Amino acid sequence: MAEPMLPVRYRVVDRTVETHDSATVSLRPVDRPLPPFRPGQFAMLYAYGIGEVPISISGIGDDGTLIHTVRAVGAVSQALHDAGPGTILGARGPFGTTWDLDEADGNDLVVVAGGVGLAPLRPLVLAALGRRAAYRRIVLIAGARTPDEFLFRAELDRWVDHDDLDTELTVDRPATGWPGAVGFVTEPLRRLRIAPERTVAFLCGPEPMMRFSARVLLGAGVPDERIQVSLERSMKCGVGLCGHCQLGPLLLCRDGPVVDYATVEPLLVVPEL
Amino acid sequence: MTQAIIEGLDDLVEVLMSDGYQVVGPTVSGGAIVLAELADAGQLPAGWGLETGPGHYRLHRREDDAMFAHSAGPQSWKTFLHPPRRTLWSTDADGSFRPADEPARRYALLGVRGCDLAAIGKLRDVLGGGRHPDGSFQDRHRALFVVAVNCTEPGEVCFCASMGTGPAAGPGADLTLTELTPTDGHRFLAEAGTDAGEALLARIDHRDAAADETDAARLAVEDATHRMGRAMPEMDLRALLVGSRESAHWEDVAERCLTCGNCTMVCPTCFCTTTEDVTDLTGDHAERRQRWSSCFELDFSYLHGGSVRSSGESRYRQWITHKLGTWHDQFGGSGCVGCGRCIAWCPVGIDITEEIGRLAESAHG
Amino acid sequence: MADTTLFDDLTAPEREAFFSTAHEVSYDDGDRLFDEGGPAGYCWLIRHGRVALDTAVPGRGHVVVQTLGPGDLLGWSWLVPPYRWHFGARAIGAVQATAFDAARLRALADQDPRLGYALTRQLLAVVLDRLQTTRARLLDLYGDAIPEDSARG
Repeated sequence: MAEPMLPVRYRVVDRTVETHDSATVSLRPVDRPLPPFRPGQFAMLYAYGIGEVPISISGIGDDGTLIHTVRAVGAVSQALHDAGPGTILGARGPFGTTWDLDEADGNDLVVVAGGVGLAPLRPLVLAALGRRAAYRRIVLIAGARTPDEFLFRAELDRWVDHDDLDTELTVDRPATGWPGAVGFVTEPLRRLRIAPERTVAFLCGPEPMMRFSARVLLGAGVPDERIQVSLERSMKCGVGLCGHCQLGPLLLCRDGPVVDYATVEPLLVVPEL
Repeated sequence: MTQAIIEGLDDLVEVLMSDGYQVVGPTVSGGAIVLAELADAGQLPAGWGLETGPGHYRLHRREDDAMFAHSAGPQSWKTFLHPPRRTLWSTDADGSFRPADEPARRYALLGVRGCDLAAIGKLRDVLGGGRHPDGSFQDRHRALFVVAVNCTEPGEVCFCASMGTGPAAGPGADLTLTELTPTDGHRFLAEAGTDAGEALLARIDHRDAAADETDAARLAVEDATHRMGRAMPEMDLRALLVGSRESAHWEDVAERCLTCGNCTMVCPTCFCTTTEDVTDLTGDHAERRQRWSSCFELDFSYLHGGSVRSSGESRYRQWITHKLGTWHDQFGGSGCVGCGRCIAWCPVGIDITEEIGRLAESAHG
Repeated sequence: MADTTLFDDLTAPEREAFFSTAHEVSYDDGDRLFDEGGPAGYCWLIRHGRVALDTAVPGRGHVVVQTLGPGDLLGWSWLVPPYRWHFGARAIGAVQATAFDAARLRALADQDPRLGYALTRQLLAVVLDRLQTTRARLLDLYGDAIPEDSARG
């Protein structure tokens, strides 16, 4: 019987540097592929001899290639971040809930990404662009610390010019020589003219950024069940057996990482929950 | 299902062993009741009794020879179903992952109380009932033979009656025993609960139970229901804990709680684990190991350079809320079976039933 | 005034009085609306385009500290003595805005305390929001994973 803790081998076939501490790796199965991943889901990626961490997919190749954008913040993520073509990694998945685009048909999509939160949102944006006629307006607001720290910069620049998408890039830190916006993501968000009865929002980034952004959306009348956020907690198993990823009643590997704000707002406001 | 009288447990233990089971039961060791593999029924703790209280546990010699007149020891049967340490898989330089070889284990658990039987069921829900069940747990669980024992001698920290798990053992055991007349040899009323139990009962010496014997058994257990050491306050615990997230009471507990995690180690339903990835010195061989973990560990909730729950308040709140509240949301039902181990083994004597009482007062006061 | 909810609290006559101090303006890319230290003579409601607030830092040139866009109120130093700009402002791309004469606004507020109070409250709400977003930026949420201020064991 399939042992849920046993990884399968995936080989790095491509590595692209995104920023000074983030890289995107593309993985192809060595033996059997894992089942198909959907936007919002994550894999448990194992770096030989070092350890395993949950990483959301930032892209899904048609041929089953898994694309993950990794920020080096610890020993395991550093190893995954550094993994060059040919490196064998272990992968388990797909795990977790998905961005719910089904409920968004016929609506305006407002996507707010903070820092590396853009990575889990990228498959959502690509999926929405792939069914463009199903939605009304698609807005993407992406925040980064400085202009050099945007992920997928070339693609983002194309999206800025793209007719199908309203994209605003904004940086937190004062900047020189940056023609774009300078300010927190809630600033362009607040400037949006939102039709609350036909808006679905998707937020991903540091928790305070998602809370502040959700507050702006709620203030504009968007119902809390139509704001989706992607949350993170410590994960050891990814399959609901180890107990680490709890947030109140939720097991984020199983009931998340994508959760609607109505469910999660009362949990996020309790310190140390 | 058959009810019969059996004299002594030697026969039962022998037959189970000859069937290839490792028989595990309570023994006396180091001043405590310790679950261990039995070579014969003589190792069972006949004549031993227990005095328990918050932060207190003492064995003492009884005047009779009762085999099961003691309540829970510091371990629970989870040790055998969900081991404290095990290797999950190994890999070599070629990168292929091989599940660890686990010898097939068939355990016969002898002396499972109602609380612990319920606890095994809860572990089954968590580890075996989800979308990605733990195969090793399922194998061990499937191969079990369970001999439950109805409690006739509840301990001072026991509150199984108020949790609906005892003192009578619930359904699901292969055989359930009730100890009778402990001064006149060891006589048990044995009730089969499954086909496997029936089959085993048929193979050991037994005789029909007389009406007065079945009555005596039933009365002894009923009597035990009224001699519980304590009770969990009756109320919607899930709702109480949701409403108590920002209670002033957590600060009070935190002044006492050492966050030592004893409660999670002795609790028969605590299941949290963590993984450790190791390599040998050459770096050519790597393994993943799993070990028990506790939500009281400071880095249990480690994320982005710090722990989400670093204060003692938040970690105690997490434990009790999960056990009595959010377990309902995650797995259905309560996570607590009323065995009282956490009360006896807390070095500062924190009583989970009392803390709930005080949270309730805090909420309504 | 469909573009903003900023003045919803004012009565119709109050709004009329407020807008009596206004005139429409437009700027080309790179035009400076005002300079740091200069007299604060106006406040603007941006209609279209983006305005950068900046300050000169020796060695770094003109550093943009924040950008404002359509619906944003620019400039409130006109309400607080010594009525001088704390930062400079520059148009990024073409900008259209409604400019309000600060001296006339102050006179209006002195004459009609109720209008003055409503205006001040409105401005306070804008300033509060700017303060919150500035604090959010100070948190440096996208920064290093282990911030210097977090306690380590």
